[in-house]
Amino acid sequence: MDEKKYQQLEQQITPKPKYLKNCINAFVVGGLICFIGQFVALFYISFFDFTERTASNPTVATMIFISMLLTGFGYYKKIAQVGGAGSAVPITGFGNAMISAAIEHRSEGYVLGVGGNMFKLAGSVILYGVFSAFVVALIKTVLVGLGVVSW
Amino acid sequence: MVNKRGLLTFASNPVIASTGVTVGPLEVKKSPFSKYADKNYDDERCGLKTNEQGHAKMMEDACMIALSKLDKTPTDAEFVLMGDLVNEMTPSNFAASTIGVPYLGMFSACATSVSSLLMAALLTESGMAELVVAGSSSQHNAIERQFRYPLQYGSQKGATAQWTVSAAGVATIIPHIEGAPIIACGTIGIVTDLGLTDPLNMGAAMAPAAADTFKRHLEGHGSTVDDYDLIMTGDLGKIGFELFKTLLDRWDYDVSSVFRDAGAEYYGKHPEFLAGASGSGCSASAYFSEVYDKLLSGTYKRVLLIATGSLMSPLSYQQGDTIPCIAHAVEIQMK
Repeated sequence: MDEKKYQQLEQQITPKPKYLKNCINAFVVGGLICFIGQFVALFYISFFDFTERTASNPTVATMIFISMLLTGFGYYKKIAQVGGAGSAVPITGFGNAMISAAIEHRSEGYVLGVGGNMFKLAGSVILYGVFSAFVVALIKTVLVGLGVVSW
Repeated sequence: MVNKRGLLTFASNPVIASTGVTVGPLEVKKSPFSKYADKNYDDERCGLKTNEQGHAKMMEDACMIALSKLDKTPTDAEFVLMGDLVNEMTPSNFAASTIGVPYLGMFSACATSVSSLLMAALLTESGMAELVVAGSSSQHNAIERQFRYPLQYGSQKGATAQWTVSAAGVATIIPHIEGAPIIACGTIGIVTDLGLTDPLNMGAAMAPAAADTFKRHLEGHGSTVDDYDLIMTGDLGKIGFELFKTLLDRWDYDVSSVFRDAGAEYYGKHPEFLAGASGSGCSASAYFSEVYDKLLSGTYKRVLLIATGSLMSPLSYQQGDTIPCIAHAVEIQMK
């Protein structure tokens, strides 16, 4: 059988991903997570001595903690099946990537298992996140130096 | 002239004397096949520490059940042929270590149910064995972690994704006796690779292998679709099964209701399982439970089982390689 012909047939029969529905779901789920995050931030600003800028650290920690519980009890992957990128992109998705790997590799012990594998999925997020932040900062520094924009 | 490559015919009519099928807790809740199973577990690790140990336990129990139905113990069995999908097939190795029967690990991915059955029939046919145990198994958690992401990782799966079953299916093969299903003939598959690369659409990758083996079996053994009461593929899933039927239709075969796919039916109509089931326990537990029971009861007189396997590893698809696939067929008759 011809490879090309079969791949065409496969394309015909395989259902197409529902991009619009997935986008709407991702928007709603992602928005909802950020909405909750906003409340957490407001909570820290109103009840503790945090400013809008400094409240982001405890907010992120709280969101990751919630994500950890949801992951551990098996709910996060159910949310993700609906939410897609909406649940993967916020910090809770990053938390889920680390925590799910940690739970998975618990059976191989704390050092080679949990320690060695925790960043298996999250590692690329950190690497490319840090690298893109560096590039963006570099561009901004140059632009500020040229007097195009200000800090 | 008919091409005889890869064809097996068992003139001595070896039979499947008994089967043993064990299934996990989710399968009990969701799978119509579980009502034919011999044993199930409340816990997917079977009360043990790790998923892999639970995997081995399911396999071991299935072997013991199949032997006990014949009033035999492992010391009576001459060979055990089995396999699974975990690296180096450790669950099968540990199960074989516990039961202590001379062991050959078999690997044809999810087609291991049929490849081990064919090899068992061959050993029996050659006169070197009076009792062979053959089978395969998979355990959802152990297989998912190896091939995909951590279990609790939230990744959205598309409509083509399949769910690895937690189940083990084992058969005992002995020389011919009356009143048991006969392993009449078989066809060893040719590895087929049509350039598909998506590991979350394995059904589509495997369908051409199944179609090829089907065609070779019918042409080689001189049978037609009408001769069979059931033609059941292994774990093509809903999409792969559609492709398989489309291919056969193009080759002018009558794609009637005798065609079924274990993977597509494994979890009934539950939508959360997307395209259906996969895993080497899928075909094994469906063939050695419902199909075997219906052969025994006389509902089926002649069946063709085509188990399909995708022979990739996480390494091969991450390196961008295509997915080579295989399908082995066995024909079982009840006289």
